[in-house]
Amino acid sequence: MKLMKQLLAMATIAFATAAQAAPATEAPDVLVKRISQDVIDTAKSDKGIQAGDINRVNQLVETKILPYVDFQRMTSLAAGRHWRTATPDQQQKLSAEFRTLLVYTYSGALSQIKNETVEFKPLRASPDDTEVEVRSQVNVARGEPIPLNYRVAKSPTGWKIYDINVLGAWLVETYKSSFNSEISKGGIDGLIKTLADKNKALASRPAAKAK
Amino acid sequence: MSESNMNTVANAGRIALVLTIAATLSACASSGNPRDPLEGYNRAMFKFNDKVDEVALKPVATAYKNVLPSFVQTGVSNFFGNLSDVWSAANNLAQGKGEAGLQDIVRVTMNSTFGILGLIDIASQAGVPKHNEDFGQTLGWYGVSPGPYVVLPLMGPSTMRDTVALPLDVVGDPWRYKDPTNVRNIGTFTRIVDKRAAYLDATNLMEAAALDRYEFIRDGYLQARESKVFDGDTDRRDQKAPKNDSSAIDEEDDLKQTPVAAAPAPVAAAAAAPVADLVTSGSNTVAAETTTPE
Repeated sequence: MKLMKQLLAMATIAFATAAQAAPATEAPDVLVKRISQDVIDTAKSDKGIQAGDINRVNQLVETKILPYVDFQRMTSLAAGRHWRTATPDQQQKLSAEFRTLLVYTYSGALSQIKNETVEFKPLRASPDDTEVEVRSQVNVARGEPIPLNYRVAKSPTGWKIYDINVLGAWLVETYKSSFNSEISKGGIDGLIKTLADKNKALASRPAAKAK
Repeated sequence: MSESNMNTVANAGRIALVLTIAATLSACASSGNPRDPLEGYNRAMFKFNDKVDEVALKPVATAYKNVLPSFVQTGVSNFFGNLSDVWSAANNLAQGKGEAGLQDIVRVTMNSTFGILGLIDIASQAGVPKHNEDFGQTLGWYGVSPGPYVVLPLMGPSTMRDTVALPLDVVGDPWRYKDPTNVRNIGTFTRIVDKRAAYLDATNLMEAAALDRYEFIRDGYLQARESKVFDGDTDRRDQKAPKNDSSAIDEEDDLKQTPVAAAPAPVAAAAAAPVADLVTSGSNTVAAETTTPE
């Protein structure tokens, strides 16, 4: 029932944004704020996610995060100059596998959410910018706050996240040389295979390990 | 005091030795990342550290985390955190960051008194933020490039600049003047275990995320470290760097007009690697400048 509601809500949002096109879409920082609040609330209240249930996490990611992430762009940036040499089929497979890997990682992170709060910093951008950096920090129970920033770009269907920065390290940048060395070893297909193997290993891992 | 001076000299000597070994080993094997000319040595040391972590540190830290009540753990980390604020204050002031430096001083004062010798971090609750500056960051702030990536024995990821700065951080750590020695040693051990325990979740996550853990940690660490030097203020760091990655991709394509119609030849990839690293945004740019001195 809840899922139906969510689907309906998503569809409504999708239609709304499509209908209004660019001008009236919500501001990038408002968007990121809304998504992260939504995700944190769900992760905190959902017992399945707390227990590291990958299906529940997948569902959360599919409905609440994926519509706002440009995985194609993320993957193309991580693959760097090799992206253009890949066939459309390879590109598609590569982004799919990369996406799965990130969802697995994300599931581990989500299951660790307990009483963290997210604090957003003022957006430093002019209204006509098409690419902005949304900056926030996660306040944790113990230790220093963790900086968490997003690179967001304007697209015809609204703002889309294409890179995430944790503790000062950009996700794309961090994967770049691993991608690069895998591609030099076995080409694009080699990288796809490595990612797929990694995902298989993660899938067969007991869910409890995520704790 | 003379004893501690001796220790400092000994430490400096040890670090010099490490650097010599690093330099010697650098001649062998490297897959051509301009930021990591010591890759051969680094990978070996990374493996060694990993083994130590696996058989000794991680089990102890896991037990520590599971067994001790969380208020004890918080107390331990607050106590040492309070001590490190002293050196942080000195570095903030040395970088001309008056406000942050004063905040550190206020923190130490508040936590050492009302916080019962630092066991309770009252200052954070009162909204005085923690900074964690060290001498490597001070050097970086004044424009010293991080230089090549270095994996230190037992201490893990670092850079050449931070390794050179390390002896001063050791001198600036109040705990090293603690007497008697056995209390100091037990304290140091507890401190290390507590630090490791704090990172348990993160390292477990990293195992899931990385394709090649060595590369993943290296590239993540180098970025995070440079971000710390500039306190997360990308504007200051990016002054000369291109604005974002999307333009980088196009530039890379323009630069690489050589026909690569056939299979992506590893040679071509290796040759283009320095270029790729130059045009990417962020910390890599800073380093790439140092590694291409021509």
